Amino acid sequence: MAIVSLKALQKIYPNGFQAVHGADIEIADGEFIVLVGPSGCGKSTLLRMIAGLEEITSGDLIIGDKQVNDLDPADRDIAMVFQNYALYPHMTVYNNMAYGLRNRKNSKESIEKSVREAARLLNLEEHLDRRPSQLSGGQRQRVAMGRAIVREPALFLFDEPLSNLDAKLRNQMRIEIRKLQRQLGTTSVYVTHDQVEAMTMADRIVVLNGGNIEQIGTPDEIYHRPASVFVATFMGAPAMNLMEGKVATGGIEIDGIGLLKSDHKLDASSNVSVGVRPEKVKLTTKANGITQPFVHDFTEELGAARLVHGRLGDKPFVINLHQEDEVPTGDLYATISPDMLHLFDTATGKRLS
Amino acid sequence: MKRAAFSSPWMPVLLLLPQVSIIFVFFYWPAFEALESSFYLQDPFGFTGTFVGFENYLTLFQNSEYLRISIFTLVFTVSVTFFSLAFGLLFAVKADKVIRGASTYKTLLMWVYAVAPPVAGILGVSLFYQGHGLITQLFGFFGHEFVIGVNYYDTGFALIAVSIWKQVPINFIFFLSGLQSVPRSIREAAMIDNRSSSGRFWTITFPLLAPTAFFLLITNITYAMFDTFGVIDVMLRSEPGNNPMTLTYKVYVDGFRGGDLGGSSAQSVILMLLVLALTIFQFRLIERRIHYT
Repeated sequence: MAIVSLKALQKIYPNGFQAVHGADIEIADGEFIVLVGPSGCGKSTLLRMIAGLEEITSGDLIIGDKQVNDLDPADRDIAMVFQNYALYPHMTVYNNMAYGLRNRKNSKESIEKSVREAARLLNLEEHLDRRPSQLSGGQRQRVAMGRAIVREPALFLFDEPLSNLDAKLRNQMRIEIRKLQRQLGTTSVYVTHDQVEAMTMADRIVVLNGGNIEQIGTPDEIYHRPASVFVATFMGAPAMNLMEGKVATGGIEIDGIGLLKSDHKLDASSNVSVGVRPEKVKLTTKANGITQPFVHDFTEELGAARLVHGRLGDKPFVINLHQEDEVPTGDLYATISPDMLHLFDTATGKRLS
Repeated sequence: MKRAAFSSPWMPVLLLLPQVSIIFVFFYWPAFEALESSFYLQDPFGFTGTFVGFENYLTLFQNSEYLRISIFTLVFTVSVTFFSLAFGLLFAVKADKVIRGASTYKTLLMWVYAVAPPVAGILGVSLFYQGHGLITQLFGFFGHEFVIGVNYYDTGFALIAVSIWKQVPINFIFFLSGLQSVPRSIREAAMIDNRSSSGRFWTITFPLLAPTAFFLLITNITYAMFDTFGVIDVMLRSEPGNNPMTLTYKVYVDGFRGGDLGGSSAQSVILMLLVLALTIFQFRLIERRIHYT
């Protein structure tokens, strides 16, 4: 258990490619941090730098109260769970878990005790004498977890640990990992490209894009107050509706649509991007001050909800309706209330309000 | 397994025929001939023979020279196998770590593989040449007068050294590809679990290379016992006399130079049994081998 801080961490490869541009993250003791972003955003590189598998070009990495930049992975007091489990195929489950402890010269009894305890915690007791090839995907994942747990590290690192599992097992393991982490209280850094994993598991999410940190915040902040256009469109399914416009008095003027009411305090005629989450929009048949005419194209049924695809003016627009809300017939209007609008600077992509 | 269906029962026989006939002409028939002639005492031209039963075998076992050659063959095989595997593995591990110019290193290390055994023998002869061969001079520098072809141990050393040198590249290639097929994440997991890199090698990497190593062990034993003929022949050419040689070479010397076809046949039958034993050993172990994936 430890506080972990990343101070201006940079990674530049020998060929000149800069994978991480100065990452600053302060991780509290016992916190579960999720690094999320599209592929190539530098999230795995950042994790591997923390693990010591990639060299740190510049900046400071502090685990506990020690600067660990130049320590070997084995000396950093970390444990890592890999995407493809990375179990030792020639060792039994027991030996897979005991290997790291043996190399630390722990006593035989203490190793036996920790391995048995981890096996009990993970329901692996019956499988201790098996080899990884005799286990199912979910069981292998548990062994990989067990190998991390027995070390009692200061920091857990997870590199997309669930992406090789099928959807059902993934949901189950997601909950198990989160429960286990709460129970053990070990500081964790978890890398994923799956926004559902990010939203459900994280204490705080770090959204990365092109080697830069776009935003660090709780799932709630990330979703409801995205710091940039990138975060707004990356997090949330279906993605946020986004339109380009110009600031006008009392609202935003959008080409081909008209004025969207907004109580902003921005300078007139600057370019802005307007975002609105699909589930924050209502459909009605009566026009009023905050509605826009909506042309209905087709509907996707999701069971618990339905996605209504259509257009505002000539711009594609999606509305996420609750299951009880039918799509009305006749002329349709989308109700977009001013306080549901997210405004971003078109040039920088940064949030304005 | 999928069963193939043939319209005529003769079809599969016809398809097998080329393979079977080659094996028959080049193996079963000569093997049978050798077995037969090993029970005969033949005149040097092979026209007439007298049936002598197991006498050719008994003569061999009572012959002190045959015993000496057997012991040399054992020493030769063990050292050639061990050192060519060890050097192959060492070079592969080192080459695997090289990032810059890796392909140049690999090409240079593999080159020797393209050298034919007799050519390797000629290179060996010139390196160990009496008086001014490079290695002869090196030994001279340390105060040892190295005389190939005269001193039994010097000649043995030269034979072993050249045979090892010839075999290292193929072991290198196999070990290198074995090393490169060890998943990166397993190595990385081991880096987190074990700070000692030699510890990681012997506990993680080497066991994962075991199937490759076992395959190479068998091929190297076969190489040392049979395929070194070219090297030995060139290096001993003029004077096999009192020099060390392997059992395989002895078959040739006795049969084709000594004209003792019966005794030479008995020796090849013994070698055949040895190969049979080796094959059985190999299949037994392969059956029991652990499949990791």
